Amino acid sequence: MMTDPRYLIKSSPHFSDKDSVPKIMYTVILSLIPAVLASLYYFRLQALLLYLFSLAACLATEAVFLKARKKPLHSLWDGSAIITALLLAMTLPPSLSLELVVIGAVVSIALGKHVFGGLGNNIFNPALVGRAFLQIAFPVSMTTWAPPLGKIPVDLATYATPLGKLKFEDAVAQGSLSSIQDLFWGNVGGCIGETSALALLIGAAFLLYRRAIDWRIPAGVLGTLALFTGIFWLAGPDKNASPLFHILAGGVIIGAFFMATDMVTSPISPLGSWIYAVGIGLLVGVIRLLGGFPEGVMFSILFMNAFVPLLNRYTRPRILGERRSQ
Amino acid sequence: MKKKSFPRGVHPAEYKTRTRDHAIETIAPPEKVIIPLHQHFGGPAAALVKKGDEIYMGQKIGEAKSLFSANVHSSVSGKVLAVDGFQHPLGKPIPAVTIANDGEDRLFPETQGHEDPFALTPDAIRTLVREAGIVGMGGAAFPTAVKLTPPKDKPIDTIIINGCECEPVLTADYRIMLEYPEEIIKGAELVRIATGADRIIIGVEDNKTDAYTLFQTKSKGWPIEVSLLKTKYPQGAEKNLISALLKREVPRGGLPFDVGIVVQNVGTAKAIWDAAAHGTPLMARVLTVSGSGIAEPKNLMARIGTPFQHAIDFCGGLKEGTNMLVMGGPMMGLAQWTTAVPIIKGTSGILAWKEAEFVQEFNCIRCGRCVDHCPMGLVPTQLMKLVKYEQLESAESWGVLDCVECGCCQYSCPAKIPLVHWIRLGKNQVSSLKRKKSS
Repeated sequence: MMTDPRYLIKSSPHFSDKDSVPKIMYTVILSLIPAVLASLYYFRLQALLLYLFSLAACLATEAVFLKARKKPLHSLWDGSAIITALLLAMTLPPSLSLELVVIGAVVSIALGKHVFGGLGNNIFNPALVGRAFLQIAFPVSMTTWAPPLGKIPVDLATYATPLGKLKFEDAVAQGSLSSIQDLFWGNVGGCIGETSALALLIGAAFLLYRRAIDWRIPAGVLGTLALFTGIFWLAGPDKNASPLFHILAGGVIIGAFFMATDMVTSPISPLGSWIYAVGIGLLVGVIRLLGGFPEGVMFSILFMNAFVPLLNRYTRPRILGERRSQ
Repeated sequence: MKKKSFPRGVHPAEYKTRTRDHAIETIAPPEKVIIPLHQHFGGPAAALVKKGDEIYMGQKIGEAKSLFSANVHSSVSGKVLAVDGFQHPLGKPIPAVTIANDGEDRLFPETQGHEDPFALTPDAIRTLVREAGIVGMGGAAFPTAVKLTPPKDKPIDTIIINGCECEPVLTADYRIMLEYPEEIIKGAELVRIATGADRIIIGVEDNKTDAYTLFQTKSKGWPIEVSLLKTKYPQGAEKNLISALLKREVPRGGLPFDVGIVVQNVGTAKAIWDAAAHGTPLMARVLTVSGSGIAEPKNLMARIGTPFQHAIDFCGGLKEGTNMLVMGGPMMGLAQWTTAVPIIKGTSGILAWKEAEFVQEFNCIRCGRCVDHCPMGLVPTQLMKLVKYEQLESAESWGVLDCVECGCCQYSCPAKIPLVHWIRLGKNQVSSLKRKKSS
C-alpha cells in the first residue's frame, strides 16, 4: 500500500488562536511598565536596585530549578519568572537592604512556585509568598519606609505610609491624612510599585483591553472594599477614611489588578472568580479597619488563593442539558 | 434583524472566500474506486459482491445488518477487483470493495423514483432512506433512517435543517444551498412527513446571507421558517443549534428526539429527495478541496470511493511544502497520512496545508479560556487533568461524556495543550469502563 510519511499527524482541532502563554506573560510585563517607571521616578536608584536584584535572583533561581527538575531551559523566558520578580520588587519598601530582596526572590521562585511543580501548579501567588516570608522573618525592615522624591520627612526613621498614619496616628481626626491627589499620582510613602494609582491603572486598562485578566476579580475586590469601608465611613466620618482613600492607598490597586488576577492562582469559573474577589475585598476591609495591621492586601490574596481549588470544585458551570434541581 | 446564537463558542478565521464563489464542479470518476463497507456511525455493512462480479452503478454492494448501520452502493459500473481491507480515512485498513470503472455508468436497472414522493407514508420514506444508504452528510455520518424513526413516546414537532456550515474553510454546504435549494426544501418536507412534525426551520449563518434570502424566496408555500444565525463555531453542532433556534436543551446523554426535534444537514435533505424522486442511492457527495496546500481550491461533486489523490489532482495538485492533510473541517477533521484513501459519505472536505508544524506546549496556567469557550459548559482543563491522572470516575462526574469534541477549548488554549485528544481518550476509557460494569 502506498504510504506517505511526510504528512503530519495530529488530533483535531487544527486551527488555534494566536495567543500563547508567553504572549500573556509579556502582556502583563508590558502592563507593569508605567508603574515601574513611576517607582523609578519617585524612588530613584533605590528602586532600580530593587528591580535589578529581584530580577537577577528570580531568574537565577528559576534556572537552577529548571535544570534540577530536568525541564527545558527556554521556559526561563516564558515571562512568568520576570513577572514574579517585578511584582516582588514592587511590593517592597524602598529602603530594604538588597540581600533581603535576594532572599525574597529565592523564596518566591523556590517555595512559591517550583516546590508545587513549576508554572501552572502553584497554589499561592509566588511574589506574595516571597513577600510574606520577608514580612514575617524581617518585620522591622519590611515596615521601615523612606519618603518619595519631594517629601522631606521630619524624621526619616518614622516616616509612615498613608495607611500607617491612618491606623496609628489617628490621621482622620488629626487632619493629617494623605490627600487623594498624592495617592493618585503616587507621591506618598509605601512599597515602591504600589504608590502611583495612576500608573497602575494605565497598565490595568491595557490588561482589560487585551483581555489578559478577568474583569470580575478587580471589580469584586474594589466593589466589596468600597462597600465595606463605605459603611464605616458613613457611620463615623470623623475617624474613618473614605472608600476612595482605601482603594487608592496601599496595595489595593496593584493587588486587585495584578496579583489577585494571576491566572494560575485564581478560580477558573466565573462564579468562582466572584466569590474569590469578594472574599479578598472583605478581608482587606476587615484587616484594615478591625485588625491590628494597617494593611491587609497581601494576606487577603494569599488566604483566598488557598480556597481556589475548593472554589473550582464547587463552582463547576452547568453543563448544557443538565438539571440541577434534582 | 435579531440573529440567534448559543452561549460561548469561538469565531476562528473563516478562509471561505477561496472557494465560496466556485460553483460545484462534477469530477469524472477515476478508473478505480475503493468503496469502504464502513462509512458511517455504527456497524459495518456486509459485502454482497465478490471479486470478479460485474456490477452496475447504484447497485447495493454492502448490506446493513443492524439498525445502526447503512447500506453501501457502487458509485460506478464495472468489475469488482477485490473485497479486501483498504486504508480508510479513519486511519486503519477497513474492508472495502475495489471496482474497475468501465466508464459507462450503467445504472442499476431496478433504480426507480416515485412520481409523487409526498404521497409516501412515513414508513415508506424511512424504508427508501434506509435502502438508499443515506447517512448524515455533515460529517458524523449517522444513519439517517434511525433519525427518522422517533420513539413512539417522543412526538416530534420541529425539523431543523442545518445550513450553518460553521467549520472554517468548508463551503460545500453553502454551494449546495445556492445550487439545490428546491431539493433541500423537498427533502426537508419528506423528513417532516416521516416524523410527523408540524414545521421546518432552516438555520443559516449570517456569513451566508445570500443562501438565507434564497431560502426565504423558495420556501414560500411550505411550512418552513428560515432563521438567520450568528456566524460562530460550533453553531451547527446539533445541541447548540437547537438551543440557539428554540431555546430547548437536549438533556445530558439524550438525543434531539427528547425535546421533539430532528436535525438534518442540508446535504442529507438533498440526498433524501434524490433517493425519493429518482431512486438514486447515496453514491456521490459535494465536498470542498481547499487549504494553503491546494493549487486550485474547488467545490466538487465526487463519486464515493474516489481516492483523495484523484480529487486533489483535479484541483491542480498539492503545492510544494504541503505536509498536512485533513478530511473534514479544520476544527473537527481527521489528519490523514496518505492521499490513497477514498472519499466516503462523511467527507465534507479535503484540506491540505503547507508548512504545518507542531506547536510548543506549555503547562496549563488555569486561565479558564477553555471554560469561557466550551459550548457544552464543561471544564476542559479539569477533564484533561483527570484523564491524565486516570481519575476516570471523577472525569465522568465532571461530564467527560458530554464533550462533543468541537475543539473550542483547544483552539482558545494559550498553553496549546491537546485538550480534545485527552478528553477523547477519557471518553473512550470511561465508556469501556461503563460497558464492563454493566456486563
